[in-house]
Amino acid sequence: MTRFITSSFSHLILLIGILIMVVPVWMIFASSTHTSSMINMNGLQMFVGDSFYENYLRVLLYQGGFFKEITALKMFFNSFIMATGVAILSVVTSLMAAYALVYYRIKYATLLFWIIFITILVPLELRIFPTYSVMAELNLVNSYFGLIVPISASAIATLFFRQFYKTVPDELLESAKLDGANTWRFFVDFLIPLSKTMIVAMLIFMFVFGYNQYLWPLLVTTSEQYWTVVMGLKMMSGSIVHRFAFVMMSMVPPILIIIVLQKHFIKGVFQDK
Amino acid sequence: MSFLDLKNVTKIYPNGTKAVHETSLSVDEGEFMVFVGPSGCGKSTLLRMVAGLEDITEGDINLDGKLMNEVDPSERDVAMVFQNYALYPHMNVYNNLAYGLKNRGIDKETIEQKVNDAAKLLQISDYLQRKPSMLSGGQRQRVAMGRAIVRNPKIFLFDEPLSNLDAKLRIQMRLEIKKLQQKVGVTSIFVTHDQVEAMTLADRLAVINNGIIEQLGTPIEIYDNPKSLFVAGFIGSPQMNFLDGNLKNKTLSAEGFEIKDIDSDFEGEVTLGIRPEHLSQSENALISLKVELVEQLGSDNLVYGQLKNKKDFCYRCPGNQTIEKGSNLSLNIENNKYYIFDKSTGKRVN
Repeated sequence: MTRFITSSFSHLILLIGILIMVVPVWMIFASSTHTSSMINMNGLQMFVGDSFYENYLRVLLYQGGFFKEITALKMFFNSFIMATGVAILSVVTSLMAAYALVYYRIKYATLLFWIIFITILVPLELRIFPTYSVMAELNLVNSYFGLIVPISASAIATLFFRQFYKTVPDELLESAKLDGANTWRFFVDFLIPLSKTMIVAMLIFMFVFGYNQYLWPLLVTTSEQYWTVVMGLKMMSGSIVHRFAFVMMSMVPPILIIIVLQKHFIKGVFQDK
Repeated sequence: MSFLDLKNVTKIYPNGTKAVHETSLSVDEGEFMVFVGPSGCGKSTLLRMVAGLEDITEGDINLDGKLMNEVDPSERDVAMVFQNYALYPHMNVYNNLAYGLKNRGIDKETIEQKVNDAAKLLQISDYLQRKPSMLSGGQRQRVAMGRAIVRNPKIFLFDEPLSNLDAKLRIQMRLEIKKLQQKVGVTSIFVTHDQVEAMTLADRLAVINNGIIEQLGTPIEIYDNPKSLFVAGFIGSPQMNFLDGNLKNKTLSAEGFEIKDIDSDFEGEVTLGIRPEHLSQSENALISLKVELVEQLGSDNLVYGQLKNKKDFCYRCPGNQTIEKGSNLSLNIENNKYYIFDKSTGKRVN
């Protein structure tokens, strides 16, 4: 009986927690399906209205910005390019950096690693002006390259991959060597398949990181053509329902990525067991 | 020049540890050589130098007439079975076997042929599609050997491959390795710290201690004729009994008894070695043993006790003899089978 009480009590707490997180999101969604006059008169809504298609379509195709050059659709496209680019580039560089740090006989490899690691303590904001001036000198302002590359060196991902490589037994490398695998083959045939789940996890993590960037894209783009969704959230003008609709849509890509890749993530975890 | 030739091979680790001292050794084609010694004696290092996994500090290694010192492990055409098998966890058994062949650019049909042949030989054909994690210890061991066999290498290297198996399986795999090696006829080096494994597998045995080969020979040679105190103590189970004594004018005086007419001119402090199985009971014999414990193995009895001077001593007798705890036995050394070693250097003197 006491067990029943304690377990229902903990469930109750969890339920309250879920409500606290979900209700505001739901209210935004519900409100975004009404007309703006309805919201202006009656405040936020708890129930779905009937202007869903009308509002969302308008937001997607509305030509916004100061020069009316950018649509939400284009912003999603830009964000997708940027987030995917950051995810792939940072995972690839971290994989290779960790491989070099663990498997190559580099002098002071540990010291080098800690130098890389320390960059976690240096936020983008701190180096934003030098980074910007480098990009400007290279004429990379207003380009996808300029959006992606400067934020694609991930010390955290390097740390994760390095720690994982260190747990891979030496015999595996030796055995592979005797089987005729060179350093590149060992990387491709062994370390990448073995770290598959970790790669997927890092891809999700870095995708969301790239998607959520605000300050850097704001600085490195002057053309509206390169606006991203997160920038758009701030820049978007218009009625409150349209902004709500845009907020709702901006949440979709990260959630979608997690749902899609989580399948592989879980599959990988269970297969390797 | 023999098939595998080690000439004055030395290994010094960067931290200054000298693991192998100027070791020279030849292995003939098709021979089964066993390196045996206590842990940390340098036997694995020596093996890994043959494989190319450790750099050679000094000396030369020749395999099949070619100098191997600077040759990459992948180019040496050697195969190794590791203690923990080092199977590729993300590949199924088939790919584990096929991987080395694929890297050598062999075409698919030949690979399939070879893998299936090796799998049949090792009776792992039914598990080809399984991942290593789904196999038992013995099956993993077979896959590890299959991976070595399938490449048809010049030499097999085994680095204590049986030490992760339980006792029964270990004996079974030991037999299988020996049979397999005879069937395939590949030159092999097997590293172990288990002297029974060493004795049963080896064509020739190298007893290694502190980075030096103490003795090299067939198992029986080494058992019958150990050249040093270390070898005498290491080979044979239960261990040889050692007694302190003094040798003068061809007469050995040990604690409580004397042996005359010894074939040695050495004079001074010595250690007398007597194997437990080279003793027999008789009236008025040399050694008097007070029995403390009897281990009945069925075929044999191992009798443990103390001599008059409280020194531990072991005697092995046939299992059909009944020996009472607390009784006194009087023992003679059979056929003068005793070994005398210089106490200071450990070298054999008779």
